[in-house]
Amino acid sequence: MVIVFVEATIPIERDADIVTARQKGRELAAAVGFSSTEQTVIALAISEIARNIVTYAGRGKVFISRTEEGGRQGVVVVAADEGPGIADIELAMRDGYSTARSLGVGLPGTRRIMDEFQVESSVGKGTTIRMTKWLR
Amino acid sequence: MPVPILRQADVLVASIQAALSDQDLVQLRDDFAEQIGRHRSLGVVIDLTALDVLDSFATRTLQSIAYAARLRGANTMVVGIQPEVAFAMVQLGLSLDGVATALDLEDGLAELAIIARRRGHRVR
Repeated sequence: MVIVFVEATIPIERDADIVTARQKGRELAAAVGFSSTEQTVIALAISEIARNIVTYAGRGKVFISRTEEGGRQGVVVVAADEGPGIADIELAMRDGYSTARSLGVGLPGTRRIMDEFQVESSVGKGTTIRMTKWLR
Repeated sequence: MPVPILRQADVLVASIQAALSDQDLVQLRDDFAEQIGRHRSLGVVIDLTALDVLDSFATRTLQSIAYAARLRGANTMVVGIQPEVAFAMVQLGLSLDGVATALDLEDGLAELAIIARRRGHRVR
């Protein structure tokens, strides 16, 4: 059974909120026991998905949670928005692809650095990204 | 919070703090481009020692700072990237291609002095 405790909800409305979200994520990762390198990896992942909200949806929320499953612990980050949605998730997850003239490494790179990564999106309704990093 | 730019002889130095927003970075780029002309600076140092994370936006903006500075005749040196920040960047696939880096402020300033001398400037 997976248990999730929501520790922080950060409204994302402007670029400064990205900094708040990644700092909260780092604090929780430290409290769970992640090394300073892993804390930075988690903070970077949060920075990328929170930026996605600012760039594409304008506003949304990031939820940062502690999770437990069968004795192991981890951090779950959910980024949810009610923006335009992603028409082709497979394409958006491809390295080098971007509609916003960015580097196109954000989403595929973030998936690489987290243990679990899911994107749910429907056009006109919004996007939810859920990612987990487990403590080893 | 805007990043203050310090002037050290022919070099402009900006020390970035942890809570750096996108807007601060863009402001820094514009401030550098203007101040390089006003002070006839030969180099720019961006010290990232205190920065918590370098994400795709920050990476891209640092590159554009370096390119803009070069077009204004100044060399840029990015210094102080912490080991865990470097590791996370590599994992994500971010690079600072075309931007010179040095371990810390001291090394960065020394490197810029060498470049300036090579260009025939008398370094103060």
